[in-house]
Parts: sequence; structure tokens; C-alpha cells
Amino acid sequence: MAIDVSFPVTRRLILKGASSVALIGLCGVSLHPGPALAANDKYPDDAFKQKSDAGAIKSLYGKAAEASDRVKLDAPEIAENGAVVPVSVTTTLANVTSISFFVSENPNALAASYVIAEGTMPSVANRLKMQKTSNVTAIVESEGKLYSATKEVKVTVGGCGG
Amino acid sequence: MASTIRVRATSNGDITEVQALIQHPMDTGLVKDAQGALIPAHFIQQLSFEHNGKRVFLADWGPAVSKDPYVKFGFKGAAKGDELKISWVDNTGATDTTTAKIQ
Repeated sequence: MAIDVSFPVTRRLILKGASSVALIGLCGVSLHPGPALAANDKYPDDAFKQKSDAGAIKSLYGKAAEASDRVKLDAPEIAENGAVVPVSVTTTLANVTSISFFVSENPNALAASYVIAEGTMPSVANRLKMQKTSNVTAIVESEGKLYSATKEVKVTVGGCGG
Repeated sequence: MASTIRVRATSNGDITEVQALIQHPMDTGLVKDAQGALIPAHFIQQLSFEHNGKRVFLADWGPAVSKDPYVKFGFKGAAKGDELKISWVDNTGATDTTTAKIQ
């Protein structure tokens, strides 16, 4: 059997009761019920390589987002140090399965993407690098649809060195 | 060697709030060192949090996440004293794992 067995196939094999220990070692992740989550477990290499917001969103989700005031993006107006920009998002949307952050003007727009399990709060805080002044966009996936909020963050000292 | 992962997980009875701070250079591969040579990309790609064998939170990160990354989230269904397992893997294949007791 090939080494690069994708996770959903592996999981199905396990469920069927096919040889177990080696396969569990292969995927090395928990057996969470729900195919949507399982499909998201693989590192989205292609999405992280996209230059633009739109390209990354399409690669990651395969659909477009609509702006929503139910997505609350918290980011500073002015970031003195682009290497460490605190950005967080919360939402009142229900059944959230994914939250992602995009920085338009970075070499690659996608900064971070989070898989939200059932029972996990739809709220994430993290710190991102910003090369220069840029729009920061948060995307929330709720019940299969994408919602976004965007805010411009002014950067006085870029965070990507060079 | 001490773990690269520092975690604080506190439960208020309903929601467990998790804050994690990880020591990692998160090099983008775009920055040059003092001699003008490119510093190769070196960044965490996936960070996973498990409670009772169930994945509660998974981070997919690119190099645009800040050096020594920080993340905060919350989840339901855990009690004080439960263990939370945290592990990461970076683009060179290096990994680290730790467990934290929910307080």
C-alpha cells in the first residue's frame, strides 16, 4: 500500500476493521466523527502558496465569502511592529467549522487557518507578521458558507525583514 | 530539553480557555542573514490540541505566523484535572508534544 494514503481512506479502512495499528500510526490523528473535519486535516499546502486573498480562499474552501457583521475582527489600527501583529476573531455564527486569516499584501496571503471542532468556541486569537500596511481578512466557515470581515492595519515597521 | 510548548488551560466549569506559546523561529525563507545568505524557511505547519483522544482544535500555519507563536481558543466538554495533549510538526518534519492539566 502506498505511504501517502489520504486520511479519509485510512479512516474508512479502520472503521472496516482492516489492519489497525500501522494505519493509525500513519495518520497519527484522532478519529473524530464527521467527514467534513476529516477532509480538512491535511495541511493545505496549495492554499499557503497562493499570492492573493482570492486565490487562497478559493484553494482552501473552493468558494467565495460574503462580508458579514456577525464576524468580529479585532486588529490594531496601527501596528508599530509588523513582525508581531495581534489579530483575533470572534463570531456569533453557529456551527463554525473553520476560521482563517489572510494578509493581502504579504508574499502569500494565507497566514493561518484553524479547524474548529464541534464544541470548540468560534473564537481565535493569534499573532501574525505583516510586511507592510495591508488589509487583514478573517474568514469564518459556518454551515458550509463563508463569511468575512476585513480591516486595514497600518504597519510602520515591516515584519518580514530584508 | 525543556518542551518548546507552554500551555495554560483553565476551566470555568463550562468553557476551557487554552493559551499556548511555542518557541519556534518561524523563518519565512525570505529573510537574509548578516552575510546576505537566505535563511531557509523553517516554520510550524500544524499544531493540534486533543482532549480525551478527540481533536478539539487544529491550526494550519504558514510562515506569516509570528516567531514564537501564540494562539488562544476555548472549548466545551472538559473538566478541571483533565489532560490536554498538544503537538506540532514543522516543515522540516521536526515535532514536539506535551500534555497539560486543565486547571
